[in-house]
Amino acid sequence: MILCWLLFIPFIGGLLCWQLESRHAPSQVPRWIALATMGIVLVLSLWLWLTGDYSLPGAVGDSPSWTREFELPWIDRFGISFHLALDGLSLIMITLTGFLGALAVICSWQEITNRIGFFHLNLLWIIGGVIGVFLAVDLFLFFFFWEMMLVPMYFLIALWGHSGSKGNTRISAAVKFFIYTQASGLLMLVSILGLVFTHYGQTGTFTFDYMVLRETPLDGPLAYVLMLGFFIAFAVKLPVVPLHGWLPDAHAQAPTAGSVDLAGILLKTAAYGMLRFAIPLFPEASAQFAPVAMALGLFGIYYGAVLAYAQTDVKRLIACSSISHMGFVLIGIYSGSVLALQGVIAQMVAHAFSAAGLFIISGQIYERIDTRNMREMGGLFGRMGALPGFALVFVMASLGMPGTGNFIGEFLILFGAYQAFPWVVVIASFGLVLAAVYSLVLMHRVYWGTPAAETSLGGLDFREYSMMLLLLVLTLLVGLYPQSVLDVSQTAMTEVNHWFAAPVSASPTP
Amino acid sequence: MNDFLTNVIALAPLLIICATIVAVIGTIAVGRHHFTAATITVVGLNAALISLLGVLQVTPLEVTPLFIIDNYSVLFGAIVLVASLACSTLAHAYLETLPDRREEFYVLLLCSAGGALALIAARHMASLFIGLELLSVPLYGMVAYTYRDRISLEAGLKYMVLSGAASAFLLFGMALLYAASGTLVFAELAEAATDGVGSTWMLAGVGMMVVALAFKLSLVPFHLWTPDVYEGAPGPVSAFLATVSKVAVFALLARFFSLAPPADDGWLLTLIGVIALASMLIGNLLALRQNNIKRLLGYSSIAHLGYLLTAVVAGGELGIETVGIYLATYVATTLGAFGVVTLVSSPYSGTDAGALHHYRGLFWRRPYLAAVLTVMMLSLAGIPMTAGFIGKFYALAVGVQSGLWWLVGGIVIGSGIGLYYYLRVMIILYLVEPGQSRRDAVSGWGQQSGGIMVLLLSAAVILFGIYPQPLIALVDAAVMNGG
Repeated sequence: MILCWLLFIPFIGGLLCWQLESRHAPSQVPRWIALATMGIVLVLSLWLWLTGDYSLPGAVGDSPSWTREFELPWIDRFGISFHLALDGLSLIMITLTGFLGALAVICSWQEITNRIGFFHLNLLWIIGGVIGVFLAVDLFLFFFFWEMMLVPMYFLIALWGHSGSKGNTRISAAVKFFIYTQASGLLMLVSILGLVFTHYGQTGTFTFDYMVLRETPLDGPLAYVLMLGFFIAFAVKLPVVPLHGWLPDAHAQAPTAGSVDLAGILLKTAAYGMLRFAIPLFPEASAQFAPVAMALGLFGIYYGAVLAYAQTDVKRLIACSSISHMGFVLIGIYSGSVLALQGVIAQMVAHAFSAAGLFIISGQIYERIDTRNMREMGGLFGRMGALPGFALVFVMASLGMPGTGNFIGEFLILFGAYQAFPWVVVIASFGLVLAAVYSLVLMHRVYWGTPAAETSLGGLDFREYSMMLLLLVLTLLVGLYPQSVLDVSQTAMTEVNHWFAAPVSASPTP
Repeated sequence: MNDFLTNVIALAPLLIICATIVAVIGTIAVGRHHFTAATITVVGLNAALISLLGVLQVTPLEVTPLFIIDNYSVLFGAIVLVASLACSTLAHAYLETLPDRREEFYVLLLCSAGGALALIAARHMASLFIGLELLSVPLYGMVAYTYRDRISLEAGLKYMVLSGAASAFLLFGMALLYAASGTLVFAELAEAATDGVGSTWMLAGVGMMVVALAFKLSLVPFHLWTPDVYEGAPGPVSAFLATVSKVAVFALLARFFSLAPPADDGWLLTLIGVIALASMLIGNLLALRQNNIKRLLGYSSIAHLGYLLTAVVAGGELGIETVGIYLATYVATTLGAFGVVTLVSSPYSGTDAGALHHYRGLFWRRPYLAAVLTVMMLSLAGIPMTAGFIGKFYALAVGVQSGLWWLVGGIVIGSGIGLYYYLRVMIILYLVEPGQSRRDAVSGWGQQSGGIMVLLLSAAVILFGIYPQPLIALVDAAVMNGG
């Protein structure tokens, strides 16, 4: 039942924000409601974290290892049920969602000044949809939330976004985002239906249940095609390079809260989808496909880095660096060893923190000097109080400095994949050099160089300072004691590894 | 119960509609009163709707060689009656200020609804033709009802001429079928076809009928009239045209193909598949650049019927079920969308508020009305949490089940293109208000019957989007026992 609350609280909170705003004209009420809602979600997920047992040893394979489960019949005609389940993987993602959701509310405290209630309705519904994605284990339900969360995100970008250059407005960015993800989502729906009808042909019963469909025997080519449907949907969201066109625009044009959610959570739904659905449902096909996926990942690492280097817009730079980071995630997922999969988790968590930190910082700079163009910045160090110091830490995190979570993630991924795919790892490692290049370029162009003026632009107030500090502590926490996260995901990742028929023997666990 | 009585019960909805027509004409003769005419119409339509419950007791039943009353016809009859009801509530608010005779509109609407009921229950070429003409001819008048407005008159004439041509095709096709097989009953035609009697003529006949029906359904390449007529017709009429006439003709098409499946090597189904694919793609592509919401909805209806045609190509039980589900969700959505357009244009004051800029910033003036239109656009785009998604899910499911991958691909691509213009309409509602002249719904729109109707429709669209099981069960019941 607690899973239902986790899911519905954001939706209810969002409606409350909207309804209470229209009566009391310009007020802070919606913000506090939204913050309280996210607080409840965060507390619930932390409570689940602390009370649940996620390191069930040996519970791999046939017996489901859900810590909590909730099921109600929904659409009997097709055997669709409202089936939610929680294991370590979903718990980590949900806690992350709760945290970043709260952060998104706080960081838009001063940025969003019009239609506050409607803004928070959209923000909270995104969170609700994402939580639904992380909890659903019925494929129909999963698809339902997967598509549903696009609508509020669309509104967020289209209505509260920043106008970009001419002919590149926030609305076109939002439309691009929506069409990319929706059209690829339909491919996934077709794949889901293909799987369901194959299962129906074999057994005569309709079901969309993940646990049941996982057992469906598929012959080679069919499995491959169906797997591709899933992969493309997730690859658009991750994003994998040829399908990344929406991401820089959407990030650059979105309000800060939107960027934080996009980079921090929405991109992770794709990795989650691969780990939860694409690989366990089609293990053989995925193993067959792994070299292609890894090649795409490698290409993404380099392409994203080069793209990032060439940007002049701070937010676009960070967005492109996400493409590069997600390349590592893709390699980790398809290498299939437990170690690399654990690295994927660490990388996702750490990237969520560092990317959120960088996006919030660029939002704060934008609030002060009203531009995101790096050519107009320079010399900001010393003019903005503590802000550049925080920026330095997050940039270091983003380039994978030891001591930060990103280092743990990249290290585990490369280490775990080395046994089976040494050349991929060697090539990917050189990508880290490029990460250092664009990160330092970001630092240099924005904070060093000759300042445009000597006047102070105002330091961080309490709200901004505490956000930054919290993110910084978490980044270091994941970097210095990653075991806290890895313990929770251990069982789930072992299970993914068990399903994945890759030619990788289970490696020793970290 | 004797035969006569059961037959009367079976035809009760049609008879009630006919009685209502007479009653409305009678009151007009006594004295013109808009409210009375509208009230009688609504009461009559409701009575017909309730009488469907009685009809369920006697189904399935063949009434004369002309009609078959089964659960299938009850289901689609119910959809037609609900849609007509919605259109008449919209029309009442819309026509209030029309500087002309208003009462006859309801006579035309009732005639057309009666024709739709006859068409749905047809199992014989004669009833097909009578039903179709009874459905279409009053529509000429309805489309041109605000004839002082040039585009309305133009739309009416255009529809009349092209519709007449389609009817000629239909008659010719029937004649060929009769010449080849010697019968006009659908089921006997099927027998004749399996016996291989004069099969070339049979196919030519069926082909010509398909052309005529494709015209009525505005499928590519017979779609050219659609945007002009949708744009020119008064709002409530566009709603009627997009729902009642489409549902009735499609229900007939699906029944015709399930009773008399084309017994050939499948080229006819391939032809229909090509029409479907062309409709999906061309309908969506042409809608991209539209700046008039009524034209846009017209093109979008072309695309939607293309999606739905997949079910006819696939056939089978799931195919019929898809037709039922898809039409129900499509009707609710389209009525809602045209309902909002009509409410914004009500009461009548010249050409309807069709241009997209009329809707700019509607959300900040009329939040609930804009929310309704948002829901309808999302539903047309097939986004989860709306009924449209369930319809699209069925269309994809039936395509995947039958392995019609090219049509499935068409639906995916079409939906991708379609998103662009649905989102465009949607976002305009939320943009900041401009200084331009704008049209607006009257302030008390939510208390009017039309306003309540669109609010109920949007509630239904969301409800069936989240919990479609009741709808599916209803349609299932209709398909299982139907024919």
